[in-house]
Amino acid sequence: MSIITVERKVLEKNDELAARNREVFRTSGVFVVNMVSSPGSGKTSILERTLEYLKDSLRVTVIEGDVQTDLDAQRVAKFGVPVVQIITNGGCHLEANLIQDALGTINLKGVQLLIIENVGNLVCPANYDLGENMKIVVASTTEGDDKPLKYPGMFRNASALIINKIDLLPYVNCHLEELKNNALRINPILNVFETSCTTKQGIAEWCMWLKEQVTSKK
Amino acid sequence: MRVGTFLALYNSDSLRKCIVMHELSIAQNIVEIIQQRIPEPGWKQVTAVRVKIGAVAGIVPDSLKFSFQAITAESALCNARLITEQIPFRVHCRTCNTTTENEDGFSMCGECESTDIQVLSGTELHVVEIELEETEQVL
Repeated sequence: MSIITVERKVLEKNDELAARNREVFRTSGVFVVNMVSSPGSGKTSILERTLEYLKDSLRVTVIEGDVQTDLDAQRVAKFGVPVVQIITNGGCHLEANLIQDALGTINLKGVQLLIIENVGNLVCPANYDLGENMKIVVASTTEGDDKPLKYPGMFRNASALIINKIDLLPYVNCHLEELKNNALRINPILNVFETSCTTKQGIAEWCMWLKEQVTSKK
Repeated sequence: MRVGTFLALYNSDSLRKCIVMHELSIAQNIVEIIQQRIPEPGWKQVTAVRVKIGAVAGIVPDSLKFSFQAITAESALCNARLITEQIPFRVHCRTCNTTTENEDGFSMCGECESTDIQVLSGTELHVVEIELEETEQVL
């Protein structure tokens, strides 16, 4: 029997493609955000409110990832921003090669912010770098306060946590401080925002922070 | 234990699909690494591939083994067995200068609870080595 030493990262192919995407983004001067969460936490609603708030001051483009349908792309397109829909046909996350393909149809010239809305899933997207500048994780109050403990990978790699559906707090079994503490135990440097897409509470604060990240990057 | 979590999730159809999809894609990447490293005539002689999985890498070892077996069963890699080694989540504290482990992936010192820590291990997902049988094997 012979043993061959390999010592390679299993996802090195994805990581290489992600590095290539990152270089494309860097040379184009575009800031890239990868939005992740479980299904139904309100990623698309936050995206809509964010576009509403930022589309006049930043040039934004969107990549939507879903298992099926272009329903989310239709919602986003109403805000007059360019949007590409990736349908994964059963795939539970976006990979760097899918982003590379999507970039073939996007003109990044002049674009300041590219928002990638990942497939709703708190497990797999954590492993796949897309070449983004930062991951934003969304957790909603209806999911309870223990999500960060159950799915630490997603919170560990994120730069910001948006706690959404804050207006529903009186009706659901979720303790806001507990949710925040759980997330900070996994990732002590998370920036935390509390939002409601219905009342628009916290949207301005989140959008101003995001804009600051985009403009200070240049 | 993690096995309990895995079984509970396995009962749900939609999540089961997701978990299998996830590990399936990881298994596919492992197969590609073997194929790149070993010239094709040698694929039948691959008896094992050793993989390091960090405790918080988000991978269920049994599910990965199942996926690896499923995609190699009818191929030239059908003799290959996936062997996993679990790596603990380990942090070094800059405040009290100790190294501690925890199963939950808390970015916190297990001694003094400081968050000024450096993660030493537990997030990796690596192919470490490939074992080859020197001669043709008849199973």
